[in-house]
Amino acid sequence: MAGTTTSDVRLIGAWPSPFVMRARIALNIKSVYYEFLQEQLGSKSDLLLKSNPVHKKIPVLIHGDRPICESLVIVQYIDDVWASGPSILPSDPYDCAIARFWAAYIDEKWFPSLSGIARAQGEEAKKAAIEQVVEGLVLLEDAFVKCGKGRAFFGGDTIGYLDIALGCYLGWIRVTEKMNNMKLLDEAKTPNLVTWADKFCGDGSVKDVMPETDKLAEFAKVLMAKFRAPPPN
Amino acid sequence: MIKLVGFWVSPFVLRVSWALKLKGVEYEYIEEDVFNKSPLLLELNPVHKKVPVLVHGHNVIVESLVILEYIDETWKQYPLLPQEPCDRANARFWAKFAEEKLMKNSWTAMSSQGDEKKLFLQSTLEDLEKIEGELKGKGKYFGGENLGYLDLALGWITYLVPVWEDIGSITILDPVKFPCTTAWMQNFLNHPVIKEDFPPRDKTDFYFRTRREEILALVGSPSKG
Repeated sequence: MAGTTTSDVRLIGAWPSPFVMRARIALNIKSVYYEFLQEQLGSKSDLLLKSNPVHKKIPVLIHGDRPICESLVIVQYIDDVWASGPSILPSDPYDCAIARFWAAYIDEKWFPSLSGIARAQGEEAKKAAIEQVVEGLVLLEDAFVKCGKGRAFFGGDTIGYLDIALGCYLGWIRVTEKMNNMKLLDEAKTPNLVTWADKFCGDGSVKDVMPETDKLAEFAKVLMAKFRAPPPN
Repeated sequence: MIKLVGFWVSPFVLRVSWALKLKGVEYEYIEEDVFNKSPLLLELNPVHKKVPVLVHGHNVIVESLVILEYIDETWKQYPLLPQEPCDRANARFWAKFAEEKLMKNSWTAMSSQGDEKKLFLQSTLEDLEKIEGELKGKGKYFGGENLGYLDLALGWITYLVPVWEDIGSITILDPVKFPCTTAWMQNFLNHPVIKEDFPPRDKTDFYFRTRREEILALVGSPSKG
């Protein structure tokens, strides 16, 4: 990527993590060069443990010698620091509040329901879990229509905070669809999100960091075998 | 007219009313019975059906930390979030931590029994050690010399934790283990805006005693999954 006007930027992460992807997309939007330090599955590096002693989780952005943790905190930090680049958060306080609201909804309510599909035991439970995820997507479809106001993204003509907050999960949505032979994002219930998803994945700041579905599906199998758990947090 | 729909003891509501008062913003407060939700609340917050809700003209904002940021961006006097990006990130990080870990763990320590209680109390103390570490060298408040976003986000500690300690028969805020937190609490409680807008101790105590009994009855009931 193009050069940065500030010092050392490193990102501790892993390619399958949607949370790490958020930070990478934000850095790409701002054309910030960064060193990507990949963590290995099943072990945590000394640097990670030192940089995020509270949660011991990825992503961690290390800017100079300051670690910043929590993916959405990192995205806002990137927006604050590289203020001359394209804006990630809306400038209007209300539009900003709406974007933050839906991002919080996605992480606190919707993503746990997505993870719930993998954990569901039996057909009935799986069906109920899938329905819950779709209900959430229908709410987000509605939010898209209101926020996007007829433009390509939640953020308008370019990718913004809420696009990043939801879009990072598209790889895992596709894996879930593939593994369960159904559609979560479909033309009937969420037509705008279907179009949005393609545009998001094709965007310059996203396409090199969005994992291929097949590769992610293989990873999911390894993960489930190893930990008997849903997608990584 | 700006309206705040709230519930008298809710820490999520209080942080918003404190923020508005610090900024000198006039508003109308509407008390909601959260156990018998009004059509107004269900219309204003259909997704979560919870307080607080801030109504500012045509704008309806929910989720207390989102509301705090909205208030700070809309009314520029008395800034709540720090100016420096790394300090802002730090404040947001710790607010999230306190919400997701400390609040949940201390509530569960208060409302559970036996081994579960011991486990959650231990987690609570570990969480508080981290908050204590964050306070070292900060001055009067997390925000420095003035109350800020993180003080408001953590303000619930000052009135809920002492009540939960009492009801749950647990010790959390040991002044020997947590001298900085203890000093911060005194500074916070003595702030004129906070003093004026603070839930009464006896009412808070009664409220949470009742809630604890309900939870324990529910847990003990064979029909509860």
